[in-house]
Amino acid sequence: MRPADLCNYPSSWFSGGSNAVSDIVISSRIRLARNVAGYEFLPCLSAERQQELHDRLKEALLSIDLGEKVWCVDIDHTSDVERNLLTERHLISRRHAKGKGPRSVVLAEDESFTAMINEEDHLRMQVYAAGLDLDACWQRLGRIDDLIEEKIDYAFDRQLGYLTACPTNLGTGLRVSVMLHLPALKMTGHIEKFITAAHDCDMAVRGLFGEGTDAVGDFFQLSNQITLGLSEQQIIETFSAVIVPKIIAYETEARKALLSKKPYALDDKIQRALGVLRSAHLISSQEALFLLSNVRLGVNLGRVKDINIATVNELFMLTQPAHLQLRAGKILDADQRDTLRAKIIRTKLNRN
Amino acid sequence: MLCQACKERSATIHLTEIDNGQRSETHLCQQCARQQGLSIKSQIPLDELMNTLLSSQQEKTSQQSKPSITAASDHACPNCGMTLGRFAKTPLLGCAHDYTEFQSELLPLIEQNHNGKSHHCGKVPTRICEHDRNEIERNKLRQQLDQAVKNEDYEAAAKLRDQIQALT
Ligand SMILES: [Zn+2]
Ligand SMILES: [Zn+2]
Repeated sequence: MRPADLCNYPSSWFSGGSNAVSDIVISSRIRLARNVAGYEFLPCLSAERQQELHDRLKEALLSIDLGEKVWCVDIDHTSDVERNLLTERHLISRRHAKGKGPRSVVLAEDESFTAMINEEDHLRMQVYAAGLDLDACWQRLGRIDDLIEEKIDYAFDRQLGYLTACPTNLGTGLRVSVMLHLPALKMTGHIEKFITAAHDCDMAVRGLFGEGTDAVGDFFQLSNQITLGLSEQQIIETFSAVIVPKIIAYETEARKALLSKKPYALDDKIQRALGVLRSAHLISSQEALFLLSNVRLGVNLGRVKDINIATVNELFMLTQPAHLQLRAGKILDADQRDTLRAKIIRTKLNRN
Repeated sequence: MLCQACKERSATIHLTEIDNGQRSETHLCQQCARQQGLSIKSQIPLDELMNTLLSSQQEKTSQQSKPSITAASDHACPNCGMTLGRFAKTPLLGCAHDYTEFQSELLPLIEQNHNGKSHHCGKVPTRICEHDRNEIERNKLRQQLDQAVKNEDYEAAAKLRDQIQALT
């Protein structure tokens, strides 16, 4: 299997069905940061030792039962566009894509598990699930971590816990994230409150697509910032039982308010978005994200009946720049990408 | 480079001051600079301040080959060669031993990052000895006890207190 094989279908974590929760919480992710005892962290690790460590971790990962068929991509020997594809699918980080030296990603065929070798830490493993299911993520990832630990000694300190290259990941090395679609909070002008509240709870908010913190298309990634002094269960529990239910409740309220107070304005936004997507011949990724977000809301609220949610979800994923280029089988300039993107969207949305 | 004041956000404002022939540099994020700037330099008009900031930044890039090294940032880890000066720029450490080597400098930063917490309360590798394992278990129970007291769940708190007693 090669990265290019992925460009024609969406990730499993972004293609869940539609229900009250998964309309808002697209997916859950848990990540663990680990380093191997006896090896320097990456900033001070010689090229030779980086290779040695890489081979040890790769062997360990491929020798355990990960519950899925796995493959390994040697990031150092992939093309830029393949690396970008893996980044667009959240299988590797931007840092891993842009890194240097021997580094890989081991991933489950259904993309529900990935392990980056020699990223910021020696090993960064993550498990994805569609919708809100952090407990299942942790159960699986915790078990994988145990299996690796039978073969590899992790750097650990009795006071500081698992030692990481950056002190912000110390302790559990655990990063819990949920991907959220919050179009109604955005439309009703409450998104700033959500971001402020998240910061007050020591949570970080990022955009799900595109670069930087500016969330395009009303998609947000919410994650914990504190990793030390709390148990894994406490961190996960705070998310599953406290924070996420509140966000779901706020977004649901905002959706209800839009429906009851300004249904015509809502329908106008949704139908205009659909109109542009069905007829445009050039569309940038930013515009596509913005319009598809409105259509997704329309489908979830039952205002658009002739398109199913899977089609919309798929379009978010497949119209990203590297996906388009691997699909076309060649490097495309911005105009060519915008043309192909518009064509794919037109075809998909006019078919059903 | 990290902001010197909050040590969280990256520094975007670089101030150079020359006082009695002594050159000192300050690196701040926008938020902290606003706080400090308003209290320290409120008598200077804003555009003047901006100009000072801009010119010092240009000066800085031209002098980058000669960074100022303080005693603290000069000290290198004997295992990996990492210095605090280098750490402040990335901010990544060079090896596990750095947490011991630079303990006194790193601990305040760690506590600030993790909401005042400094002791691991989570998962423990199986190879860890009984003694350390119990210590971490106690941390975990103490943490739960704090939470129970905060929630005014005194029944749970009493149970946790007994469990902590049993471990010591
Ligand atoms: Zn600051
Ligand atoms: Zn070191």
